[in-house]
Amino acid sequence: MQAFNRGRQRLVALALLGLVLLTPPMLNTQAGASGLDAFLYLFGVWAGLILAAAWVAERRD
Amino acid sequence: MNPWAVFLLAAGYLGLLFAIARFGDRRADQGRSIISANVYGLSLAVYCTSWTFFGSVGRAASGGMGFLTIYLGPTLMLMLAPVLLKMIRISKRERLTSIADFIAARYGKRQALAGLVTVIAVIGIVPYIALQLKAIAASLQALFPEQGGLLLLGLDATAVIALALAAFTILFGTRHLDATERHEGMVAAIAFESIVKLVAFLAVGLFVTYGMYGGFADLFRQAAALPRTAALLDLEQGLGNWAPLVLLSALAIVLLPRQFQILVVENVDESHLRRAVWLFPLYLLLINIFVLPIAIAGLLQDLPGNGDIFVLGLPLSQGQEGLALLAFIGGLSAATGMVIVETIALSTMVCNDLVMPALLRVRALGLAQRPDLSRLLLNIRRGAIVAILLLGYAYFRAAGEAYALVGIGLISFSAVAQFAPALFGGMYWRQGNRAGALAGLAAGFLVWAYTLLLPSFAKSGWIPGDFVEQGLFGLSWLRAHALFGLTGLDEISHCLFWSLFLNTACYLLFSLSLGPDAVEARQANAFVDVFQRRGGDTSALLWRGKASYQALAGLLERFLGAERARLQLQSYARKRGIADLAAREVNAELVRFAEIQLAGALGSASARVVLASVVEEEELGLEEVLHILDEASQVRAYSRELERKSRELEAATGELRAANARLRELDRLKDDFVSTVTHELRTPLTSIRAFSELLAEDPDMAVPERQRFLGIIVTETERLTRLINQILDLAKLEAGRADWTSSEVDLAGLVREAAASLEQLFRDKGVALALECPGEPVPVLADRDRLTQVMINLLSNAVKFVPAREGRVSVQLLSSLDRVQVRVTDNGPGIGPEEKEFIFERFRQGGNTLTDKPKGTGLGLPISLQIVEYFGGRLWVESEPGQGASFIFELPLQARN
Repeated sequence: MQAFNRGRQRLVALALLGLVLLTPPMLNTQAGASGLDAFLYLFGVWAGLILAAAWVAERRD
Repeated sequence: MNPWAVFLLAAGYLGLLFAIARFGDRRADQGRSIISANVYGLSLAVYCTSWTFFGSVGRAASGGMGFLTIYLGPTLMLMLAPVLLKMIRISKRERLTSIADFIAARYGKRQALAGLVTVIAVIGIVPYIALQLKAIAASLQALFPEQGGLLLLGLDATAVIALALAAFTILFGTRHLDATERHEGMVAAIAFESIVKLVAFLAVGLFVTYGMYGGFADLFRQAAALPRTAALLDLEQGLGNWAPLVLLSALAIVLLPRQFQILVVENVDESHLRRAVWLFPLYLLLINIFVLPIAIAGLLQDLPGNGDIFVLGLPLSQGQEGLALLAFIGGLSAATGMVIVETIALSTMVCNDLVMPALLRVRALGLAQRPDLSRLLLNIRRGAIVAILLLGYAYFRAAGEAYALVGIGLISFSAVAQFAPALFGGMYWRQGNRAGALAGLAAGFLVWAYTLLLPSFAKSGWIPGDFVEQGLFGLSWLRAHALFGLTGLDEISHCLFWSLFLNTACYLLFSLSLGPDAVEARQANAFVDVFQRRGGDTSALLWRGKASYQALAGLLERFLGAERARLQLQSYARKRGIADLAAREVNAELVRFAEIQLAGALGSASARVVLASVVEEEELGLEEVLHILDEASQVRAYSRELERKSRELEAATGELRAANARLRELDRLKDDFVSTVTHELRTPLTSIRAFSELLAEDPDMAVPERQRFLGIIVTETERLTRLINQILDLAKLEAGRADWTSSEVDLAGLVREAAASLEQLFRDKGVALALECPGEPVPVLADRDRLTQVMINLLSNAVKFVPAREGRVSVQLLSSLDRVQVRVTDNGPGIGPEEKEFIFERFRQGGNTLTDKPKGTGLGLPISLQIVEYFGGRLWVESEPGQGASFIFELPLQARN
């Protein structure tokens, strides 16, 4: 449970990072970009967050 | 396409779901749960309803990438695992069965609050259920356009499906009353339907993107060429309400009654959350990848309609009937999953928090005297399920085509978002109280109804729409979409801002101005401190009263059924090693146990009321409760303090033990030292005594003989004196009582002088001495006499061990930037590695001490070591056996200034 506790704090940090990357004003950088670029940015960041969350949550150290 | 074939396919699919549910329930009854972390994670995807399956494409077709907000919010919320874990832990400990139960239990288990939450949930969710029925109807319409909506046996197909869903939900949602209100079979079936809808959507997406077009890049390029589709690709048009929608959906993933049911109530193992944290977001990502491509393709193909039905329309337009059927099953799957879980969750709330409290109040019904109420409870739930679905159907028929799918979904999301301040505040803020929760919820709900629900009715033409355009009573600051003059926001952001703002403000204001009652204070403590394991559960401390075992057992039998009640009580007695529960006096723990069992079946508010009918509870005042809670927290603090002290004590004991061992070692060393010293002193003394005796016994001894003996006596006396001087010297050094005078000393000069003083010794033995000293002074800070003593020690050691006439000794003085090194090298027999280890210990001498006569006192090197170390330097030896030895000391150089 101790390890999960540390993992939990890391997950919260990830959520905050995700909030910054996936909402304005950070997202304004993608406004006006070509459709495919914005699409790739959103899904790329999203997939990255999921990967990081999986790594943090499933690790048993 | 044959309508009957479609009907049979749908019926077969529902039958399969039912079979899975039965299997899951049977395994749960046998104690072999099939709910794994993966099943739990997938079951959360009940979030993706037909609103996702059909509606996302519709939303993308009109609003571009904005639809993603509905899935990004839940992704972020899932990562707030500590919040979710706390919710799950509280629910398990208090046996909470719904979100209404959760909020009511936190604020003193009062029925009024549970009732209000239930009313908001039902009013908020009925349109959402209607939306599912609408989606099914729309997909049937797309499959059979010529019939204009399908009729089965003369009945509207959507009505038939609504009734079938009701029957289905009743069958595996209300089989029995469970103390935990879990439905493992249902969860397994939901996980399965999640896979089905994902596969169906991906199949359509792959077909459209790679079958009809040349992939993402091709679709995006074609879209960019047309003004109508090019607009969808610009992220900018979705950014206006992006953040509010992310917030709204993040709240919905926890607060929608079905999500709370699956996420919290149906959780069998807290560690499953580890998987859900990423598996569910991954699911959301996968089911959304093809939404925009499908929307673009639908627009490029110029399909009719608003995009809600592109998922079916695209395969049909290409003559892919099989794929269209798969898509239909996917959509049906998404709709049924939502309807089943949502109605089960709502029916539990309606039964426990609205109907039962009302029935219990009506004494004329004599409910309290009825022998078995468990049947009645189940029947109320069944009735609630049918009623909720019929309400949904009625709304669907009435609302008609007024709204696109996405509009209705967001209205429901905004309704349940009103639970947020009371729920999250209650988990983390002790001062939050019932008055605050009631006021906040009521204010939020009213604002929601005024700014979102009623305008949607007005749009459907059910009520006049003046209040939207001109404001209520013509007051412009009461315009429904520009409340208090707030303009520039879309209707959802506008509603969310005002409702959550007023909700939170009322919650805080009332909580701060009014105090809690005793039960609230106790519950606040149980919720906020749920993670404090020891002593966290103070509820047993906070009960005082009288009850009879028979009355308690009777109560459990009436509400849970005789068999279940007996099993629960047996398990309670077995866990505590009690042989005959009935013979013992009822204590607070047993009453608490009974309350929890009843809460599982009735909800915590009703459980409290029925329990009060058989238990004479001594009402504790707020003062007393706060006092007990304070004591409990003090006890916790004391026990933490005690733990800390005990840890400190352990550490101190360890240190003492180590010190003791060290003292023993020193004592042993002292004994060794004394015995060695005695031994060393005895050797010369023996010789002196022996020769003196010889001289005394023989007065006529020849003169040369006598001279030789006297010579030996003098030498041995000198050795003795030297030994005693050195022992005293070493003792002083070690005790730190030696007299030191530090001054700047020229080491080069000192080395030369020491060598000169021993010149005779070298010459006598025929040993060559080579000096390599720089001409200029090498200043070090040291005691001149002591340093000379070191030099003489090293040189006389060297000369002692080199062979006569062939011996060579060299002294090198090397200075670096900040240190100076003196190296005394000889060509003697050298020192073995094992000897090196103790060469600097007292009375240890080089060479074979058994066969050779000792050549010194064995104290020279230890004394030299002490001196060099005193001046911040070090002394060591480098040697190989047979290769000579180098004794080296190094001292810090005195800065030249």
